Amino acid sequence: MSRKVIEITQLGKQYRLGQVGTSTLSDDFKRWLYRVRGKEDPFLKVGETNDRTKKGNSEYVWALRDINFSVNQGEVVGIIGKNGAGKSTLLKILSRTTTPTTGEYKIKGRVASLLEVGTGFHPDLSGRENVFLNGAIMGMSKAEIRRQFDAIVDFSGVERYIDTPVKRYSSGMYVRLAFAVAAHLEPEILIVDEVLAVGDQEFQDKCLGKMKSVSGEGRTVLFVSHNMAAVKSLCKRTIVMRNGQVHFDGGVTEGIAKYLEALNPSLNNGTIEPHHRTINAGNVFIRHLKLENEEFSNGNSIYFNNPVHISMDIAFEKDLNDVLLDARISSNDGIELFHSMTLYGSDLLQVKKGMLKARVILENRLQPGKYFISLGVHLSDGATQDYLENVLEINVLNVTNTSEKGLIYDFKLGYARMNANWQITN
Amino acid sequence: MSSTNTNTDWDLIVKPQGAFFRLNLKELWAYRDLIILMVKRDLTALYKQTILGPVWMFLQPLFTTLLYTFLSKQAQFKTDSLPPLLFYLIGQTYWLYFAECFTKTSNTFIANASVFGKVYFPRLVMPVSVIVSNLIRLGIQMLMMLCVYGYYLATTNDLHPQYGLLALQPFLIVLLGLFALGLGVLFSAVTTKYRDFSFLLGFGLQLFMFVSGIVFPASTFSEKTRFVLMMNPVMSVTEAIKFGLTGQGYFSPLHLGVAVVVVILVLFFSIMVFNRTERTFMDTV
Repeated sequence: MSRKVIEITQLGKQYRLGQVGTSTLSDDFKRWLYRVRGKEDPFLKVGETNDRTKKGNSEYVWALRDINFSVNQGEVVGIIGKNGAGKSTLLKILSRTTTPTTGEYKIKGRVASLLEVGTGFHPDLSGRENVFLNGAIMGMSKAEIRRQFDAIVDFSGVERYIDTPVKRYSSGMYVRLAFAVAAHLEPEILIVDEVLAVGDQEFQDKCLGKMKSVSGEGRTVLFVSHNMAAVKSLCKRTIVMRNGQVHFDGGVTEGIAKYLEALNPSLNNGTIEPHHRTINAGNVFIRHLKLENEEFSNGNSIYFNNPVHISMDIAFEKDLNDVLLDARISSNDGIELFHSMTLYGSDLLQVKKGMLKARVILENRLQPGKYFISLGVHLSDGATQDYLENVLEINVLNVTNTSEKGLIYDFKLGYARMNANWQITN
Repeated sequence: MSSTNTNTDWDLIVKPQGAFFRLNLKELWAYRDLIILMVKRDLTALYKQTILGPVWMFLQPLFTTLLYTFLSKQAQFKTDSLPPLLFYLIGQTYWLYFAECFTKTSNTFIANASVFGKVYFPRLVMPVSVIVSNLIRLGIQMLMMLCVYGYYLATTNDLHPQYGLLALQPFLIVLLGLFALGLGVLFSAVTTKYRDFSFLLGFGLQLFMFVSGIVFPASTFSEKTRFVLMMNPVMSVTEAIKFGLTGQGYFSPLHLGVAVVVVILVLFFSIMVFNRTERTFMDTV
């Protein structure tokens, strides 16, 4: 039986575009007039949802609108969404650095927000002094900090420099010390905004481990991140934000899929335009391409280890009887990694004038990261008929859709995995 | 799966509109360690990488005093019947305290925007810590003033300390600090949105000094003008301090009473404005 520790109802936050601040002097005056007459703020009725890519009609925009959800004690909730989806605004409001325009929220327990590491660090003060200062800003008492001090220094691994001014620290040391303070806060609710993106791998693992153990102690964590592997390994629940609204609220795997889908809706399913063609001999045209992985009907992300399905429509302007198709995968630094052509599996194709449908399933042995796929139609003598260089962009994730463990591969060694047979005996 | 909470169970309820006036001293008290650390930070970080270090605390009032002493000799400024050096040094010591408190608190929001934007703690921690660290500075500067004072006390018969008023001095200093806090906090609130006020503050404070009894003592003004000018707490308080120290100057219980009322009103009003501002200033700063 867990109890609610955060309850958010009808929360909204309105901003005014173009200018500094939320309003102008004349709007301020109008607001004041309405308030004096006991009426509701007239500007709350205007404004539109926050899609930064589209041009809007209103000067006022809702960075958040109608947010409703509640969080139970001990839940670890991942909040994900594109840049500008409202994640940070939500965290700002929950950590009381600004107030909502509409709605309300209720909180039970002490909240510590980690929107940034090292808030209030003073460059001229020593590491030791800054630990105390930063801890106090985060709401710890002096006695608490003193009790935790050794653990903080130990966790940070900068013991040797603890009496040196922090402006002499390397940026990594700075962040380590700062996160160490934050990690030793003992709040009932922890709000974390993308702070794991700093520090080296060892330290990131340490941070993730710390956050896991924090949640294990029955504390509630709200966690904003773009690192899906971290979200998957930490959270049981995700809230996907989109244009200032809650787009999805539920399980992690599903949430991540919803998020990735929204990431790049324009890609990899479309008609080929002339500018896509690198080489064309005037006889054959690839007209239409589609990346068919069903999890991401309109995105370009591929789960780790999942094969890449591509289908295409090819128009032949005349009969050709020695045709071959090929596909290449290049890394995003331009190295050609894989190559496949129809000749490997069958003979040369004999094609009549008209449309041809082709479908290829590429085995995915790629390490996580971005890759480009080029497609081509050639004749047996090597004459290229149509060639679309780097026409598809795929993003191989560092998570699988099968493993429960989530985190598969968070570092990159080379471009591909090889098949290997490991035999282990005692 | 989740039990229903009644409103009383929640520790914090945040709504778009807050209370009209909220001075949460309990919360401020809970953050007293932060205030102490901020004071420490102000004092230690201020003179890092300077050669003279804390000596600067003495140089600033000293040079101003020397300049005014020189001017008063040249232009025949009246300094009651006190030695000009002592008169200006007393004035400068307390004026600097007031002015520093005022200017430093007046940019509370802008100077701390990066911290305020990331963490919540009672915003009043910052201006209050400024007042406290300036109080310490005042203590140090008073040492120099008292040395000069002691010299004149021992070598001349012009000074007649008023012991009753001297005992009141801590109260007077706090009153001056609270007045600076009130004004500073008010300015910090309005400058978050309209920066015009920071320009106003820059030269306004200079002008204000001339009608606060620091350069021209209250006794130089005609009775009518003086009555009006003494409504200014800085003048009535510094005159009272000066009177306590030397037996010279213009002390009136009525005006001290007025000063208390003015300070309370200014504090009340400015904290009200501060409350309104702290809620959304991150959007306007």
